[in-house]
Amino acid sequence: MIPMLKRIFRTGILTEPLPEGAATPAAELDRLQDEIVRILGRALTIREVDAGSCNGCELEIHALNNPYYNLEGRGIKFVASPRHADMLLVTGPVTKNMENALRIAYDCTPDPKLVVAVGDCGCGCGVAGELSGPNYASCGAIENVVPVDVRVPGCPPTPLALLQGILAAVRR
Amino acid sequence: MKLLDEAIEFTSQPGVGAPVWRGHAEDGIELHAFAAAVRRADGRMAAIWGEDRRPHGAGFRLHCVFGLNEGHAWVSLDLPAANPVYPDLADVFSAANRMQRATRDMVGIATAGGDQRPWLRHGAWPADWYPLRHDAGPGEGFPNAPSDYDFVRVGGEGAHEIPVGPIHAGIIEPGHFRFSVIGEKVLRLEQRLGYQHKGVERRFIGMDVAQGARLVGRISGDSTCAYAWAYAVAVESAAGIEVPQRALALRALMLERERIANHLGDLGALGNDAALAFGLTQFMRLKEDWLRMSDRLFGHRFMMDRIVPGGVTTDLDAAALAEMVEQCDTIGRDVKELRAIYDEHPGLQDRFLTTGAIDADLARELSLSGMGARATGMLLDGRAWRQGYEPPAPYKALGVRPITDDRGDVAARVAVRFGEIFESLRLLRALAVGLPTGPVRVDCAPTAGSGLGVVEGWRGEVLVGVELGADGRIARCHPHDPSWQAWPALEHAVMKDIVPDFPLINKSFNLSYTGADL
Repeated sequence: MIPMLKRIFRTGILTEPLPEGAATPAAELDRLQDEIVRILGRALTIREVDAGSCNGCELEIHALNNPYYNLEGRGIKFVASPRHADMLLVTGPVTKNMENALRIAYDCTPDPKLVVAVGDCGCGCGVAGELSGPNYASCGAIENVVPVDVRVPGCPPTPLALLQGILAAVRR
Repeated sequence: MKLLDEAIEFTSQPGVGAPVWRGHAEDGIELHAFAAAVRRADGRMAAIWGEDRRPHGAGFRLHCVFGLNEGHAWVSLDLPAANPVYPDLADVFSAANRMQRATRDMVGIATAGGDQRPWLRHGAWPADWYPLRHDAGPGEGFPNAPSDYDFVRVGGEGAHEIPVGPIHAGIIEPGHFRFSVIGEKVLRLEQRLGYQHKGVERRFIGMDVAQGARLVGRISGDSTCAYAWAYAVAVESAAGIEVPQRALALRALMLERERIANHLGDLGALGNDAALAFGLTQFMRLKEDWLRMSDRLFGHRFMMDRIVPGGVTTDLDAAALAEMVEQCDTIGRDVKELRAIYDEHPGLQDRFLTTGAIDADLARELSLSGMGARATGMLLDGRAWRQGYEPPAPYKALGVRPITDDRGDVAARVAVRFGEIFESLRLLRALAVGLPTGPVRVDCAPTAGSGLGVVEGWRGEVLVGVELGADGRIARCHPHDPSWQAWPALEHAVMKDIVPDFPLINKSFNLSYTGADL
């Protein structure tokens, strides 16, 4: 136990200021948390759906929970069921074999809901988007299957880009 | 030359990649006999794929790759256009089962008898339409009909089923698991995969080799370097190109960075799955530091598109290498400290020890490769010397020590990951110090030819087989993920354990869905 506590103490708090926006990161953070509370009355909950990605996007979505980005500390958390979610964070391209499952997850998410399309494949743009367009096994971009509010391109998008995308969706 | 005293005549594949011998079986009986001989010699079924050669006035071609002690035997078998059927190899290698079913779904060449359930085809296209046939047409506009799957049923009093997926509870890829349980005890797990199938093999057809390199790097994002390297070896072998030594060393440097990045993430997640959130936080922090360094060195956190046919796109200068080595020292110290904490944590060890165990006999039977196999005590690592096997450059000069642990449980897979991090850190230092001088890339303008690349990725053996047409474009490309063989190992590992241990056991393998679904 003591080595663990020592390590926690020595590691300290690594969380970095939020990107872009207001001059002082602290003010920005307060504003964001106020906004989330004003709109939702509680934490923002996200259900991640991999509808056919190469798992590159998932690696970066995982990174959002590391202590540098500290997503949960900012009042945003991932949940296990779409029924508990305010937002679907979807990676693609949407395979035909996942088309139905994605529609069901979308229908299960209570209104008002937000959908963020993640990655070049999910947004149908860039090099990867070109490589993963519709074919016999794929519906292509996420917007071809469910309505999309915000797009976060990148192959894969960096954790910062993902954070900005999630914030952009909340501010809509 | 002959292998294993069998009838098939083999020739050695040119190039600097892992040793590959190519041969052609006269008929299905010869192929089946060779497979049986490989099995008797404790060899492995490495990959199976099919090819439509009717545009060349021939029929279909079946490709089988076997892993032998000395290297890989790539055997092809021609099948008539009218009745493309071959003997079922699943009675020799159970690993052949899903690969054969996928080959039937994709190309329409089938086994005589054996398991005929579809694998990659769920309901998005009809059973008599095959996406990799040259006359298949675009295949869009089929109704996406929901399909039923014939799971094996477990009967008896108190037995019931728990269906899980395709969408799982975490931030993970989709797949379906069907547990048959009594109380908490798992009697049987049957996987149904293919949800990630996005028609990758079909997309390769007609691409130039540069485009193909970008696509192959996006088959499994966590193994982008392994795939890009295996693909590059295959294309370079087909084109008869020699890659500069500095490029080979930089490829190994990227591959080892990829291995460490994934092991760091997995060690954190494994702590978390046993309720030690401290482990997740600490390792995710180290992984983030590691990825940021990869970004500084190569301009991409996962080093996508940095390994290309002909060499690598990014060179490192002395300052960058020094910075990298310095970080290796820091991360090494941190991981050592965390290993001591993991080793001495009673709660964690209680969850890890004896959970999800498989043994070396089963690993051999399932043709398992990579980290999962080494965690049963098997000395199988494509980067390391073993009796009769010479590893490819630059590994043959590095003296890689394969990390093994014969317990076969979650604890063993954790221990192998720790050991491999330290060994890869040593390799990174050795590569940085001894980096050869010279160019990092040569021109690669291939014409017709074919080749097979084999690379020891962090998960296991990644293979890429490439066939180039007369115009130098890709006629067929088959990438093979080690997860094909490891998924059935997970089915075995979870038996007799309890349902709540499944996430931990699953994570200890951390298999790729997209790599095997394509």
